[in-house]
Parts: sequence; structure tokens; C-alpha cells
Amino acid sequence: MSAPAPLAAFACVLRRDLLLALRRRSDLATTLFFFVIVVSLFPLGVGPEANLLRTMAPGVVWVAALLASMLALGRLFAGDYADGTLEQLVLAPHPLGLLVGAKVAAHWLVTGLPLVVLAPLLGLAFDLGPRALGVLALTLLLGTPTLGLVGAIGAALTLGLRGAGALLSLLVLPLYIPVLIFGAGAVEAVANGLGPGAHLSVLGALLALAVFFAPWAAAVALRISLE
Amino acid sequence: MLVANGLECLRGERRLFRDLGFELEPGMLLEVQGANGSGKTSLLRMLCGLLAPTAGEILWNGADIGSLGEAYRGELAYLGHQNAIKDDLTAVENLLVSETLAEAAVTRASAREALARLGLRGHEELPTRVLSQGQKRRAALARLLFRERCRLWVLDEPFVALDAQAVRDVAGIIAGQLGGGGIVIFTTHQEVPVEAPRRVALRLGR
Repeated sequence: MSAPAPLAAFACVLRRDLLLALRRRSDLATTLFFFVIVVSLFPLGVGPEANLLRTMAPGVVWVAALLASMLALGRLFAGDYADGTLEQLVLAPHPLGLLVGAKVAAHWLVTGLPLVVLAPLLGLAFDLGPRALGVLALTLLLGTPTLGLVGAIGAALTLGLRGAGALLSLLVLPLYIPVLIFGAGAVEAVANGLGPGAHLSVLGALLALAVFFAPWAAAVALRISLE
Repeated sequence: MLVANGLECLRGERRLFRDLGFELEPGMLLEVQGANGSGKTSLLRMLCGLLAPTAGEILWNGADIGSLGEAYRGELAYLGHQNAIKDDLTAVENLLVSETLAEAAVTRASAREALARLGLRGHEELPTRVLSQGQKRRAALARLLFRERCRLWVLDEPFVALDAQAVRDVAGIIAGQLGGGGIVIFTTHQEVPVEAPRRVALRLGR
């Protein structure tokens, strides 16, 4: 093996989850379509009033992104739990937090990154300016990984419970609030002619915090869920 | 050497076993017997560190397995009653993933060879979804061929769903591991002809 062992293990889990996602493309399509439909419903429902839409846009896109990533969270560990591979991951001679990190990274690449790419297109329906569209994509780029990381803790805690889906949203959505406030806030600031710098810094800080702590917290939660 | 002292298992309100102890030296086979629900799987999960015993301790070479962490997990090969193979991956891909994670030296060629030894020749590149129960079990058992260096094998019902030939193959693999100084622990409901010079049987439930 050329790469050091922990890196090889990280890459191995990442590659496996991407391969699995590739073989089950329909699962990914549901999350994306959900996002697209929820965001497009608003201009249809509210009517073509450009000013109102522009004001709403950041909040609507961000809430839809929260809900879409919630929807996808259920699958993060459930499959591995059902077929016993999760036990093998826990028993692998590597730090579990690292392997959880790899799983979240793969999960984000297939469910979070497409949202980042799609959001500016959807933002056009809300008459957002080019600068606001760019900042919207940037906030999602910084924010959606945080959602996945924090959500992983919730997904690990609710693993194998009855009614896990509803419980998961009750547990995780309140934790998403800071990301929502600063994500939507950055776009609003740009729309109002202010700089998005402060908001983006906070989003970056939240992400750094989540990258550092969430995988280990999720690993502890997984061990408890497996007992 | 694996030592268990005064193990107790509570599942909800039920006490499955208490004051359970044994000592296993290299080359020994422990066969755990007992009716359904007597706590066999719980005992094996405890020995892996997946389940914390309600009371008692488990020592590997004198140290508590909880404090050994990764060092212990590197010595351990566990086969649960679930196969831990991904339906959407092929048998070779499954083996490559699990053995890379276990830090075994595995290549596509050696994975194919291991699967062939367990009678899966020609099925290596199929999604495991299309395999039968017995074939899936064989694909899971192929992992053992890469785990000779693991000093402790914990196998939950390794022979379930296997045909007579596969049972003999797996019994042979286990006998080889015992001969090499490994400790093997398994549960089974069938009479299995594993050649083990030093065999201990443990009966759970009253």
C-alpha cells in the first residue's frame, strides 16, 4: 500500500460510497428533484412580483436545501446498518471518526454538491442578480457540508429506531438554524448592497467546527446505536 | 490469549447469562452452543467490543479490550450473522473494500482466487444481489482467507445456509487457522466436523 493506512481507509470508504451511489442513481435524483420542485413552487404560488421574489429568494432556497439534505440523511447509515457492513466499519482497525468523515464526504459529494450547482439556476426564477447568485452558491458550498456533518450525528443517534425519520428532523433541524441564518443572511446582505464577508466567515467557522467535532460525535453515537 | 471473567448480559429486563468465564489459549476452538435467544450472538458481540458487558471483563493478552481499541480490532476477524456485503457491489469489490479496510494485502487477483476457493468461480463479477443465500455467505467467508494474521476469529453461525461441500471447506479453513495458533470462537446449531485438537464447548441457557 502506497498511501498511509488511515488515508487509504478514508479513500476506500469514500470510493465505496461513491460507487454505491453511482449504482443507485435514482436515490440521488429524488433529493435533487425535491429541491428543484420545492424552490420552483414558490414563484408559482406567490406570483410574478419581482421585488417580493427577490426578497424571499435566499430564505426559500436555503430552507429547501435544508429540507433536501434532511431527506437524504436517512440513507447515510441506514443501508450499512441493515446489511451489517456498519459493524465491520466499527470493527476496522481505524479511527471510526475518520471512516464516518469519509462517509459524510461521499454523501455530500452526491447530495450536497449538486444543490450548490443547481441553486444559481433556480435563483434566476427569483430574479436574483449575478452577484447575489454567486454568493448564494458560495454560501451553499460552505453551508451544505456543515448540514451533512451535523446531520450525521442525528442520523447516527436515530439509527434503527422506529419513526427515525421524524425524530431525526426534530433533532437536527434546530441545529441547522445558525447555518440557515448566516447562509440566507449573506445573500440578503449582497442584495442590500452590503458585503457578504462577515456572514461567509461565520459559515466557514461553523464548517471548520463541524469538520473537527461532528465525525467523532457521530462515531460515538454509532457505537451506542449498535449496542 | 483471550480471558473472559464474570461476564453478565442483560437485554432489557432479561438476564441472558451471568458469571460467564473462560480462558482461551492460542490454537483453541470455543464452540458456543445454546437455544435460540440464549445470548450466543450477544456473547460474540461482547467479545468483539460491539456490546459492553453489564458486568465482568474481557482481557486480550492481559489488557482490557476496551482500552486496546484499534490494536485489538486489528487482531480480530468478525463475521456477524449478517453477511456485511453490499448487494450493489460485486463479490470481488466487496472483498477488496473489506480487506483494504482490514489492512490485508489484497489485490483483484487474490480476491478472485479467494472467491474461487470458496466455490464462487464465475460469480465473482456479479452484483451480490443476484447470488443465493449460501453464495452470499461464501462471499462473506472469503474474508477469512485474508485474515490469517488475525489472532482471534469470532464467527456467528458461519455454516448457516452452506451446502455440505462449503461446510467442509470452511471447516478446513478454521482447522488451518487453529493449526497456525489462532483462536477461533463460533456458534453453530449443526454438528460440524472441525478438526480441533483443543476444543472447548460452552453451553448458554439453563
